[in-house]
Amino acid sequence: MLFKFLKSSDVTSGEITPENIYLGRREFIQDTARIGAGAAAVATLGLTASPARAEVRALDNIIRDGAFGTDEKQTSYRAVTEYNNFYEFGTGKDDPARNAHSLRPRPWTVKIDGHVDNPGDYDIDDLIKPHMLQERVYRMRCVEAWSMVIPWVGIPLAQIIKKLGPTSQARYVRFETLVDKKQMPGQSRRVIKWPYAEGLRMDEAMNPLTLMAVGLYGKELPNQNGAPMRLVVPWKYGFKGIKSIVRISFVDRRPRNSWKRLAPKEYGFYANVNPEVDHPRWTQANERRIGDFRRRKTLMFNGYGEEVAHMYSGMNLKKYF
Amino acid sequence: MRISPLKITAHILALLPAIWLFWQGWLLYDFQDNALTANPIKYIHHYTGDWAIRFLLLGLAISPLRRITGWNRVITFRRMIGLYAFFYVMLHLLNFIVLDYYFDWATIIKEIIKRPAITFGMTAIILLLPLAVTSTKGWIRRLGKKWVKLHKLIYPITILAVVHNFMMVKADILQPAIHMAILAVLLSYRLYSWFLLRKKASPANPKARRSKAVGSDVTTAAEKPCPPAMS
Repeated sequence: MLFKFLKSSDVTSGEITPENIYLGRREFIQDTARIGAGAAAVATLGLTASPARAEVRALDNIIRDGAFGTDEKQTSYRAVTEYNNFYEFGTGKDDPARNAHSLRPRPWTVKIDGHVDNPGDYDIDDLIKPHMLQERVYRMRCVEAWSMVIPWVGIPLAQIIKKLGPTSQARYVRFETLVDKKQMPGQSRRVIKWPYAEGLRMDEAMNPLTLMAVGLYGKELPNQNGAPMRLVVPWKYGFKGIKSIVRISFVDRRPRNSWKRLAPKEYGFYANVNPEVDHPRWTQANERRIGDFRRRKTLMFNGYGEEVAHMYSGMNLKKYF
Repeated sequence: MRISPLKITAHILALLPAIWLFWQGWLLYDFQDNALTANPIKYIHHYTGDWAIRFLLLGLAISPLRRITGWNRVITFRRMIGLYAFFYVMLHLLNFIVLDYYFDWATIIKEIIKRPAITFGMTAIILLLPLAVTSTKGWIRRLGKKWVKLHKLIYPITILAVVHNFMMVKADILQPAIHMAILAVLLSYRLYSWFLLRKKASPANPKARRSKAVGSDVTTAAEKPCPPAMS
C-alpha cells in the first residue's frame, strides 16, 4: 500500500482485504521472516517485534449516512492503531500500541463540572447511551505534517453538551485526560505536565463536525487511540483531539492547553489547520498522507472551511494560530 | 595489504544498521506496509540521523579511549568510523532530498534557509564533505600539517549535528540530551588534555614543547604510539 509508485494497483476502500485475513497473512510472513536470517540482526539492534493487538468489540447500530464524510481512501486500520502520538504511553509513535494494554477503559467515570446544569460524576455508558452512534470519515492532520483518513464512530459533541445544559456563563469547554501512572506508564516521566488538557470555544464545541469518538472502523476505540472516549476536531491539528477523557468542565475563561503551555511559540490554543502559518521548525504548507509517497498540499481548515470558517471571520489567524 | 579479522568485524558491525534498514525497506517493497512504521520516510530520517550522530561521537571517543586504555591500535579505526559517519549522513541527506521532498528544490532550499535546525544540519554536512574527501593516505601526505588543522573541523561538525538533533525534537529531549552529554564529556576531555599540555609546555619544561604534537589529540595514523601516561 505504501509507495504508490511501486504498485499502481490502487484499491478503493470496498476492495480492502478484510482485516483478519490481512493480519493473519501478515503475521505469517512476519514470523517466517523473523525466524530467518533477520532474527539475529533484530536481536542485536534491540528492536522489538510489532505490538500485540488487544481485542476490541464491534459496535452496532451505527448511523452511516455519510455526514460530512470524505470518500478519500481510508488509512489502514493497522496504521491508525499502531502509529500515533499518545505520550501517556511513551513518546515514540509505536509506543502507544505497545504499552496501552495497561489501560482499563471500563468502568470509567467522567467528571462534569463548571457552569453546567447537570454536573456530577457520570459513568461513561450513561453519557453515551442516550445517543445514536454515527460514523464520520474525517481527515486527520497531525501538527507534524502527516495525515490520515479515519472512519470514526462517535456522538456529535453538541448532543452531549446539550444534555448537560451549560449555563450562559460557559464560554469554553475544557477537557482532561486520566492521570494514573499504573495505567499510563508514560506518565512516570514528566515529558509534559500531566494531566493532558485541551479546550474548545463553546461555538467550536457545538459545531456539528466536532465528534466525541468512542470507536473507529466500526469497533470500540483501541486503548492506544484514546479509549474509552476521545475528542475529534477534524479542522484542527490532531493534538486538539484529547484522548481518554475523564473530565469535562464548562468554564468562562480560555483554558490552557498542554502543547501551548509547553511551547507557546509553536502551538496555539486554536491550532486550526492552516497551510499559511508555519510551525517555526517546519512548513505546514504540505503534508504526507500515511500510505502515500509524495507530499500533498495542506488544505485550509483541513478542507472543512465551509463548515467552520465563519467561526473565525475577522480573526487574525497568524496571531491566533 | 592484509585486512585483519578485527577490521572485518568492525566493518560488519558498522554496516549492520544499514543492512537492517535496507532489509526493512525490502520488506516494505514486498507488500509489508508496516515495516519501518506507517510513516517509513520519517522513520528512515530519524534512524539515519541517529546513526550518523552515534558514529560522529564514536569518532571523537577514539583518541581519549586510546589515551586512557593505552590500546594504540584503536586509532587505526578512527578513519573508518569517520567515513561511516559520513555514510549515514549521506543516507540521511538522500532521504531528505529524494524520499521526503522528492527533488522539490524550491521547498528544500527554502527549508534549509528558513529553519535554523536544518541550516545547522546542512552546515555540518557541507563541512564534513572535505573531511571525507581528504581521508585518503595521499591527501594526508599532501596536506601534511594542514590536514591536522582541517580535520579539527570534526568538532564544530559534531556540535552542529547534536544541536540540530536537539532542535528537531518536539518534547521528549531525552535522546538528544544523552548525545549532548556524551559530546560534553568528550569535549571536556580535550580541554583537560589541552590544559595539562599547556602546563607541561611552560618555559620551565622546554622538552615538553616538542612532545606537543604527539600529545595533541588530533593525530594521524602514522604517528608514534603515545604512552598511556595521560590518563
